[in-house]
Amino acid sequence: MSEQTQHHIQLAEESLAKQSTTLNLGPTHPATHGVFQNIMEIDGERVLSTEPTIGYIHRAFEKIAERRPYYQVTPLTDRLNYCSAPINNMGWHMTIEKLLGIKTPKRVDYMRVIIMELARIADHLICNSVVAVDTGALTGFTYVFQWRELIYEIYEEVCGSRLTTNIGRVGGFERNFTQAAWDKINKFMEGFPKVMREFEALLNRNRIFMERCIGAGPISAERALNYSFTGPNLRAAGVDYDVRVAQPYSSYEDFDFKIPVGTTGDVYDRYMVRNDEIWESYKIIEQALAKITKLEQEDPTQKDVFYAPESDHYHLPAKQDVYTKMEALIFHFKMVMGEIDVLPGEVYHGVEGANGEVGYYLISDGGRTPYRLHFRRPCFIYYQAYPEIVSGGLLSDAIITLSSLNVIAGELDA
Amino acid sequence: MALTNEILKQKLSDKFGEQLTEWDEQYGLLTVRMPADANLKVIQHLYDAEGFQFLTDLTAVHYPERTGEELCVVYHLHNLVENIRLRLKVYVPVEKPDVYTATKVFSGANWMERETYDNLGINFVGHPNLTRILNVDEMDYFPLRKEYQMEDPTRTDKDDEMFGRGGSI
Repeated sequence: MSEQTQHHIQLAEESLAKQSTTLNLGPTHPATHGVFQNIMEIDGERVLSTEPTIGYIHRAFEKIAERRPYYQVTPLTDRLNYCSAPINNMGWHMTIEKLLGIKTPKRVDYMRVIIMELARIADHLICNSVVAVDTGALTGFTYVFQWRELIYEIYEEVCGSRLTTNIGRVGGFERNFTQAAWDKINKFMEGFPKVMREFEALLNRNRIFMERCIGAGPISAERALNYSFTGPNLRAAGVDYDVRVAQPYSSYEDFDFKIPVGTTGDVYDRYMVRNDEIWESYKIIEQALAKITKLEQEDPTQKDVFYAPESDHYHLPAKQDVYTKMEALIFHFKMVMGEIDVLPGEVYHGVEGANGEVGYYLISDGGRTPYRLHFRRPCFIYYQAYPEIVSGGLLSDAIITLSSLNVIAGELDA
Repeated sequence: MALTNEILKQKLSDKFGEQLTEWDEQYGLLTVRMPADANLKVIQHLYDAEGFQFLTDLTAVHYPERTGEELCVVYHLHNLVENIRLRLKVYVPVEKPDVYTATKVFSGANWMERETYDNLGINFVGHPNLTRILNVDEMDYFPLRKEYQMEDPTRTDKDDEMFGRGGSI
């Protein structure tokens, strides 16, 4: 590398003469959770401007996806928002189902809803407890992480994996939920409310926490919309847009839940919106469990439904068949080698991820891989508002603003 | 009266006439092509008059076989009040991929356009800071264009024909 192209931090012109300080925050700063670099101009404690640099973990997923059969794209989606990977996985499956015109059975929809809402709870728990950590309260973080751990155990029972889940398949799930999975879900439902109430008691009306968060990093509804905010960050600013309600997928229209909204879009509103969404997700899971029980009572054969029968062509055959039957073995081989063609078409599908609308814009030319796949990544889109939000505020507010926006490096860089 | 795809199509055809072509409605999403030099006029009109005040997504696609219009910029707009989405397309030649920037209308278009420039080399005219965002600054090609192979073409130990899209595309 020649001397001209060597990387070094670009100091502003005449940086020695100027009155403000240039502060290089990141890319691996202990106060920023993930690889984010911000070159800030600060005057004492006050942030004058900031210049974010991103791309430190860019992995070119959109290019890689153009060479991968559809089912091999799912592990790429895991690595977008790795705090709630199942939502990304299922969003991708639903995109292909939309392309193929597959209608999933109700039981599959409800099972998906359970997993997606568990993922949302896990993601919001991380975000909210990390906001608390950045304000100096570590206890809540370690306490709720035990319950995030239980959610990861549920994933493990369902798909065998924890963080990057690759959960489910086109048309449903790879296997039925085991009894152990149901037991763990029930254990979570029994124990979680008490823990959550304790977590709330620690922070929600805590004077120190409130004074620290209220008024920090606010954004108005107009600016948030203009910046294409989605998810809890948009709702904290007072706009009640939720993809689950606006364009229901996976039978969300069958559920009764509220969309919490804030007013000022500051750190405290974002915290409270996520807090309330955890309870709404909890209610949704309760309803989904009841609906599945009802389905099974009305028709006991429903117990074995875990994928859409018409998606047989896109669903790996059962393992025992692969080992004992010729056709199943051939079919399994064809699928794994990516020999299954899908229809040509152009489809956009958005799901409500934990951070906002996760969108998949897929162009298929009829081949076995996507012709073009674009991920709409909510983090990438709302992180560009960060300089505007933190300018004029305190440096410590900039830190909690970053954690309360819940910018996930994987989703930021794709 | 709720805004539907038919009404929207009628309204836009009345306003812009022949300028809007290639109407399509795959999977219920109204899609239309607009000329490259009128993209801002259409977007501004949709923003002001039809309530499409939310830019969901902005990206581009490379079609090497479409001579003279190889690159396609795709906008996904959303009218949150009427809850209706709209997809807009602009085709530009790969030799002169100039498209007017939407940053004046949507602040959120800033990074989306930078990403599109970074990956496909669309030149967004009037963009305040059109520089690479995800890839390294020294990169001298646009990696999502189809002529750029994913695997190192000099390697002989891997045969890509068996996995995914074979050959050079």
